[in-house]
Amino acid sequence: MNEMTSPTREERAAKLKGLGCSRKRVEDVRFTQGKGNYVDDVKLPGMLHGDFVRSPYAHARVKSINTEAAMAVPGVLAVLTAKDLEPLSLHWMPTLAGDKQMVLADGKVLFQGQEVAFVVAENRYAAADGIAAVEVEYEELPVLTNPFEALQSDVVLREDLDPAAAGAHGPRKHHNHIFLWEEGDEEATNQAIDSAEVVAEEMVYYHRTHPCPLETCGTVASMDKVNGKLTVWGTFQAPHVVRTVASLLSGIEEHNIRVISPDIGGGFGNKVGVYPGYVCAIVASIVTGKPVKWIENRMDNLMATAFARDYWMKGRISATREGKITGLHCHVTADHGAFDACADPTKFPAGFFHICTGSYDIPVAYVGVDGVYTNKAPGGVAYRCSFRVTEAAYFIERMIEVLAIELGMDAAELRRINFIRKDQFPYQSALGWEYDSGDYHTAWDKALKAVGYDDLRKEQAERVEAFKRGETRKLLGIGLTHFTEIVGAGPVKNCDILGMGMFDSCEIRIHPTGSAIARLGTISQGQGHATTFAQILASEIGIPADSITIEEGDTDTAPYGLGTYGSRSTPVAGAATAMAGRKIRAKAQMIAAYLLEVHDDDVEWDVDRFVVKGAPERFKTMAEIAYAAYNQAIPGVEPGLEAVSYYDPPNMTYPFGAYICVMEIDVDTGEHQIRQFYALDDCGTRINPMVIEGQVHGGLTEALAIAMGQEIAYDEIGNVKTGTLMDFFLPTAWETPHYTTDHTETPSPHHPIGAKGVGESPNVGGVPAFSNAVHDAFRAFGLRQSHMPHDHWRIWKTAHDLGLHG
Amino acid sequence: MTKMHIKLTVNGEPKEVLAEPRELLIHTLREQLNITGPHIGCETSHCGACTVEMNGKSVKSCTVFAAQANGAEITTIEGLGTPDALHVLQRAFREHHGLQCGFCTPGMITRAHRLLQENPNPTEEEVRFGISGNLCRCTGYQNIVKSILAAAAEMNAMKEAAE
Repeated sequence: MNEMTSPTREERAAKLKGLGCSRKRVEDVRFTQGKGNYVDDVKLPGMLHGDFVRSPYAHARVKSINTEAAMAVPGVLAVLTAKDLEPLSLHWMPTLAGDKQMVLADGKVLFQGQEVAFVVAENRYAAADGIAAVEVEYEELPVLTNPFEALQSDVVLREDLDPAAAGAHGPRKHHNHIFLWEEGDEEATNQAIDSAEVVAEEMVYYHRTHPCPLETCGTVASMDKVNGKLTVWGTFQAPHVVRTVASLLSGIEEHNIRVISPDIGGGFGNKVGVYPGYVCAIVASIVTGKPVKWIENRMDNLMATAFARDYWMKGRISATREGKITGLHCHVTADHGAFDACADPTKFPAGFFHICTGSYDIPVAYVGVDGVYTNKAPGGVAYRCSFRVTEAAYFIERMIEVLAIELGMDAAELRRINFIRKDQFPYQSALGWEYDSGDYHTAWDKALKAVGYDDLRKEQAERVEAFKRGETRKLLGIGLTHFTEIVGAGPVKNCDILGMGMFDSCEIRIHPTGSAIARLGTISQGQGHATTFAQILASEIGIPADSITIEEGDTDTAPYGLGTYGSRSTPVAGAATAMAGRKIRAKAQMIAAYLLEVHDDDVEWDVDRFVVKGAPERFKTMAEIAYAAYNQAIPGVEPGLEAVSYYDPPNMTYPFGAYICVMEIDVDTGEHQIRQFYALDDCGTRINPMVIEGQVHGGLTEALAIAMGQEIAYDEIGNVKTGTLMDFFLPTAWETPHYTTDHTETPSPHHPIGAKGVGESPNVGGVPAFSNAVHDAFRAFGLRQSHMPHDHWRIWKTAHDLGLHG
Repeated sequence: MTKMHIKLTVNGEPKEVLAEPRELLIHTLREQLNITGPHIGCETSHCGACTVEMNGKSVKSCTVFAAQANGAEITTIEGLGTPDALHVLQRAFREHHGLQCGFCTPGMITRAHRLLQENPNPTEEEVRFGISGNLCRCTGYQNIVKSILAAAAEMNAMKEAAE
């Protein structure tokens, strides 16, 4: 009977909507109807609103805070200051980077927008009135916004630190110094460079910017004094870590804390950290016994939570006359702002910046990073990238271009002759990484061919001549990038956040009627986990993705995990999902064998069923097995069909890609027009091509923003000059070009399904591609390096300084 | 502060609220009327997450006072389709992967709805210009534009079939 009604193998596989299927997203049904549930949608009976009095100064002593008038404002219930938090030891909190940070100003303020007092009121309007009525007396102090000056200055920013004592990452050489972190052999590197035939040297600055997700940060904290349970909803990219931190800080036992990340309106790194707003809302809820909501406004968000980048990267790269690279030296002056709150794995104060040898076989290299305190906001998050990986990619891809100029070589050819070859993988880099897999030459050739590279160069040369003859005022830039990422943090042996190993997890329950629920330690912020993780499982356990619910973000129900950032969800939680699925299948095999009355080894897996070897008409489908697991007494097998896996990845994954941007630049206005953008990504096994493409489009647009206009800029007294969306550039549909996506597929050899992660590749590769296009347009006129963002004014200035305005 | 008595029609239903003169329409919708589809992204009219239709025009409800909406007809994402009968745009956004985190989506679809009323047969360029008051941080707009053009084609085909 089975045989007659059975669909073909291919039909059964297609029905699963597993790996490789451009499955439509399950999330969208809610989102398109306005039925998402974001933190500001959480509304509890009696809920209060809290908001901050913030410092107008970048550096000042707080002489006094008078809350009397504020308390008299109708609707205001409480005003918290550092003095109120001190008895609870919550006026300061530990940062993810081994430093500490003021929750509320304790004696002084160190950056504009710093949290000074927390006003709790019946609604947000009353809270705003209360904020206006708090009187704070400040005494201004000298402001340091330049990290090089900060390292020379007598002005002590962090008076709470003993200048002679070592920091979390070793000795400090100045009172505004945080750490020096080094990797590689500096002596050998200097030797290689000093004795080289050709050396290129450049300062590459990657400016300060901000992830700016469309939803700002926020929380609702609710202390239920009847049962002693604290529930915290919030914009958390790592809800389980937030629960642990909240327990350690508050002294409330961890089982009495429930952290829920509801739908999150984009994260991009902004929602990894723990912010004063979370702490104050929790304290206010404990104090008032009522739920307290805190939601940032956009200005607060841009000024105070989670800047990114701000790396001054001084590079030296050497090569033979033929262009074979012989050494790379890099020193970074890293502006960390007022507190070192970088969101990196604990042992990596400069993240994975030492991926900065990129896609190239460089025999010897050295990196040194000096972290510095300034009067700017704390943060240093990985904005749509793995930890400091976009800085590293920008650095090496600029250095390659500068070296090409020094050598008088074509930059595509220079890359080609230095790529790590396919047969060199797994490849040990000079800075200590083991690249898992790659095929750079194939990707590069495919990309160059797709854009018609040789013809583009001819067109560019003709354009330069036409420009010189006065026939056009537009130049053509060809921006090349071949990037290698390092994502999927990471192996517990060296990766942790506040001591928590960076494994991740998946727990699966198969229901009697053959559908399932799986819960993970990660949390989607738009990546579509509910869609794609079900696809991984569908292929592993033969249950259609449409019959699998994916849940994340509730610490009372989901297994512990380190969350979603650094493209770690697919490499780590995706692996846990596959491994948990395989446990389910192993038990299902025993049940199937029992039902088919054969030995375990006599059945084999076939898409959605176990079949008797050599007798394909005898089989049990996963649905039949699931039912049996709950209704039959099977000797030696426990009832039920569940599994959990905690996956500790053996290595990182190394996605890569080849991006080419063709840009027209108007020399007189500084305006640019992107004529073509080609993006080839290799993220290993592709789970959902539609979702991958969407991630690439989005990441490229964030890269466009960063390269071409987006910046957190300060004036010399520490005022934030780009604190609203009027000044802080987010591209609209009008400025955003059309992208062409492409791919190669080089699976990761150590990941259960070979997937590498893709969400951050387009930002990592996109920034140098856009920036290199600008530089390339002016190469014929002698430009070596100019600083991002390349807004119209800066491009105009570049043209002007090169004498192109006559 | 003295509250004002405001009457308005939201998604076809008459509503009455008491609101301070300074209360913003987005807060009235979200907090008084529990219409949480429109979101708050910037409070300065730049991002468009709060976009609703007011008397046949797209407005950013974070910079409209509730008092200004007295007597107005408001349509939000909740008024465009029902779970059993989604609006063409709602289906098209899912079909063409026109959203990711979903935060801009209600405003984006509401804006697209008005755009297609004003210009039922837009070019890609006209769509890009027409939604340039609505920011999205996830999609890079490519699939949003695709979704809107697909919805326009479908709506026009439906109209033609009906005629």
